[in-house]
Amino acid sequence: MRQRSMVILTSVLTTGALTLTACGSRDDNGGGSSDGGNTTTLTIGVDAPLSGENSTTGLGIQYGAQIAVDDANKNNLVPGVKFKLKALDDKAQPATGQSNATALTGDKSVVGVVGPLNSGVAQTMQQVFASANMVQISPSNTNPELTQGKNWQTDKKRPYKTYFRTATTDELQGSFAAGYAFNDLKKKKAFVVDDKQTYGAGLAKIFAEQFKKLGGTVVQTDHINTGDKDFGSLVTKIKNSGADILYYGGQYDESSLITKQLKGAGVKIPLFGGDGMFASTYIETAGAASEGDLATAIGVPADTLPAAKNFIATYKAKGYKGDYGAYGAYSYDAASAIIRAVKAVKDANGGKLPTDNNDLRSKVVDEVQKSNFDGLTGKVSFDEYGDTTNKQLTVYAVEKGKWKAAKTGTAD
Amino acid sequence: MNTLPQQLANGLLLGSMYGLIAIGYTMVYGIVQLINFAHGEIFMTGAFGALTVYFYILPDGTPMAAAVPLMLLGGAIVAVLIAVGAERFAYRPLRGAPRLAPLITAIGLSLALQEVVRNFYPEADKARAFPGLDTTHDIGSVTIKDADIFLICAAVICMAALAIFVRKSRTGRAMQATAQDPDTAQLMGIDTNRIIVIAFAIGGLFAAVAALAYGMKYGNVDYRMGFLMGLKAFTAAVLGGIGNIYGAMLGGVVLGIAETLASAYIDDIPGMHLFGGGSWKDVWAFCLLIIVLLVRPQGLLGERVADRA
Repeated sequence: MRQRSMVILTSVLTTGALTLTACGSRDDNGGGSSDGGNTTTLTIGVDAPLSGENSTTGLGIQYGAQIAVDDANKNNLVPGVKFKLKALDDKAQPATGQSNATALTGDKSVVGVVGPLNSGVAQTMQQVFASANMVQISPSNTNPELTQGKNWQTDKKRPYKTYFRTATTDELQGSFAAGYAFNDLKKKKAFVVDDKQTYGAGLAKIFAEQFKKLGGTVVQTDHINTGDKDFGSLVTKIKNSGADILYYGGQYDESSLITKQLKGAGVKIPLFGGDGMFASTYIETAGAASEGDLATAIGVPADTLPAAKNFIATYKAKGYKGDYGAYGAYSYDAASAIIRAVKAVKDANGGKLPTDNNDLRSKVVDEVQKSNFDGLTGKVSFDEYGDTTNKQLTVYAVEKGKWKAAKTGTAD
Repeated sequence: MNTLPQQLANGLLLGSMYGLIAIGYTMVYGIVQLINFAHGEIFMTGAFGALTVYFYILPDGTPMAAAVPLMLLGGAIVAVLIAVGAERFAYRPLRGAPRLAPLITAIGLSLALQEVVRNFYPEADKARAFPGLDTTHDIGSVTIKDADIFLICAAVICMAALAIFVRKSRTGRAMQATAQDPDTAQLMGIDTNRIIVIAFAIGGLFAAVAALAYGMKYGNVDYRMGFLMGLKAFTAAVLGGIGNIYGAMLGGVVLGIAETLASAYIDDIPGMHLFGGGSWKDVWAFCLLIIVLLVRPQGLLGERVADRA
């Protein structure tokens, strides 16, 4: 009988281990806010995956916000207020994001948060920030539900008034991709795969709908699990389906392996994805197999933004890790929106910050809503749902081992 | 085009990898009744050992034909050292302790190894590119890569060598004796501690072979790769009958093929569309495990449960 109890024990422990891996470390530095004199120090929180999956883009978000904070301090944008950054690692896991959100709201010096990278993580954080009345601006969340509610297709309703984003939504990304694939690439038969996550599944669904609407055929759909490495079975299905393009909704961790195994099996069709795979890591991991693959990304490339020239120079000069290309500039704008909101609150309050932290936080939310300034990515302002009014999109293609912008457009 | 041969090949390859890792679980379990949950991480360190040889020891541009044996050697040294070290420093002190203690140690060790690699190996916080063997060959309607050939050959050679070793050599017979009854084996003059170390070492060696094949097949390795592979290999070991080395290999192959076929064909069955596709493959694989365990609780090739329990 010993063996049976052993098996039960083992399964309990395995479950425990699985649960444990989902817990993140909490970083409680406490919230020392004011230091002598008349200078107050306020903290801008950052939540993004800083290690593991998606960390390349996550670090771009952290350092994008860091540069915004440094610039604000250097230019004394808000006189008498110094800003600092507190970056927490959510490891791309919703549960960790939620505990980070709790930690950030618990820190009295935090006025607002930039992040997270992943839509799925944002879903668990929104409620925490809403209860604390603290502003959260994501530079990269693209799931329409986050700002427009569960029934966004029929009945738009903003769920949380504390949530904003400088990124545009999957609705535009998926259909922009479908338009490019059908009209520009002349592809007629798409195989659509997603990773079942909020972001990936949403993207794939919208792509498929729009692709069919344009007159293309979706020959087959499939789903994979995040963390999978072997896509042999999927590749064989794609090979057999006669598709001339593969659309993948998900992150680069899986798509780089899919494209590698796909091309390895002699299927020379491009893999098209969303901004989740728009990172240099995608090309590094997939190698030559990534040549000709495509990705849509929100906004326009940081390198082509005239306003972002200094930003890029600073990013490179400081030797920051990660990839600023995708969201660095959007993260900069998100952090700037919070900083400018603090300034507006201070100005409206007769040049003094409200003494009560909760009061300050809720006023910052109101001021972020009213944001209207020229950021690195263009005009920064938010509509009644908290979505950016700056709806730029770009299709990138891998060309000689680099992402090259293939088409830039604005969605209405 | 008939995809069945290709899908079977995909499953066989995946299964061979599970099987090679499962050997480590099953040998250790067979001898000390310990489920070494750190084995997945030993597999992972084997991959990083091979990676180190390729990127930091060999000169740039070494042809793969020359590099592969050296990478295998490097990976094997790392994996075997860690497996043996784990036995010596983590498990041996707990030999007489209740079974819960070494099990918790194993889980702790697994987390520790992951974090050590993540924090101290250069750029290991994301996937590291691994040199691949990507030349493809078409055999009938089946396309396979050089890395796949390496994997299948390695699995067959390793299995055959292990079978001969266990049956013919003195040490192998001593292992069988220790597995049957450690106390009596010790009374007969067998150094059981040595046998246990050898079991861990062989597990580490096989894990290193699998790790090299994994790296060359998928083209990248990361610090978390051992978790899922370890879990699957453990499943394979249970499926085949834990404690039985042939069972581990068979369990691996059955699990690999079941996963692949489930992901390939279930959604073609009318009415099953919702339960098919790649995202359900693990569900079907575990359903198979449950069914096998219901019908044959000792696993496919399991035996001698009576004197274990």
